[in-house]
Amino acid sequence: MAEVKPRIKLDRKQAKKGDLVEVKALVSHIMETGLRKDASGNIIPRKILNRFTCTVNGKEVFSADFEPAISANPYIQFKFRAQESGPVVLTWIDDDGTKIVGEESLTVT
Amino acid sequence: MPLTFNRRQALTISAAALTAAAWGGAIVPALAAKNDSDELIKKFTGGKTPAEGRVRLDLPEIAENGNTVPMTVSVESPMTDQSYVSDVLIVSDGNPRGGVATFHFSPASGVSEANIRIRLAETQNVIAVAKMNDGSYFMASKPVKVTIGGCGG
Repeated sequence: MAEVKPRIKLDRKQAKKGDLVEVKALVSHIMETGLRKDASGNIIPRKILNRFTCTVNGKEVFSADFEPAISANPYIQFKFRAQESGPVVLTWIDDDGTKIVGEESLTVT
Repeated sequence: MPLTFNRRQALTISAAALTAAAWGGAIVPALAAKNDSDELIKKFTGGKTPAEGRVRLDLPEIAENGNTVPMTVSVESPMTDQSYVSDVLIVSDGNPRGGVATFHFSPASGVSEANIRIRLAETQNVIAVAKMNDGSYFMASKPVKVTIGGCGG
């Protein structure tokens, strides 16, 4: 499968220490539930992104566990409190272990 | 005209009343889930009953497409090292499986709020349970009417 590039948007590139920064992220993925059947009646195996984490400068600020009830092409929006400058790294982990990683930079003054 | 009913009219009226009662029951279902959502909540809270309140769940009242229903959950709480929301469990009581997502917050999150898009197979309740760092639990639930189910049926 071609490399999936998540779309990530921070509501600001520069923040004052203590500001809330909003992150919006969208990643392309089928999020197959494992409950559907194909035309010949065989169950289509589950394939979802089951884990999402966000780290800022290496420290985790938010994470989530996903179940099959998350829509295809999962979108997520959350906030974190700006403490220090550094890369904002978003990671999604697939059922098969592959990782989708996206990165944005944030400068905290 | 005096208000009297013969037997047939009386039967019709009581049948109508019964139907109304049945519908009323269907619109506001008792907390008896069709899937494993009750067990998931019990597992999450360790058997404790979460208190109502502090959790805010934003969902459309009517979802035209159950394949992607926007959902926002937020919890009223300070996010300091002393007092913060650690986890929020989202379940639905009408999907084939109850689990939807679990969010993990920390004081570094600054605010316990997240927005995702979820699948809902049919009209049902979505329930959010928040776990505080002091071991208390709060919950909110919201019914969503779904016109087109989201499980590819």
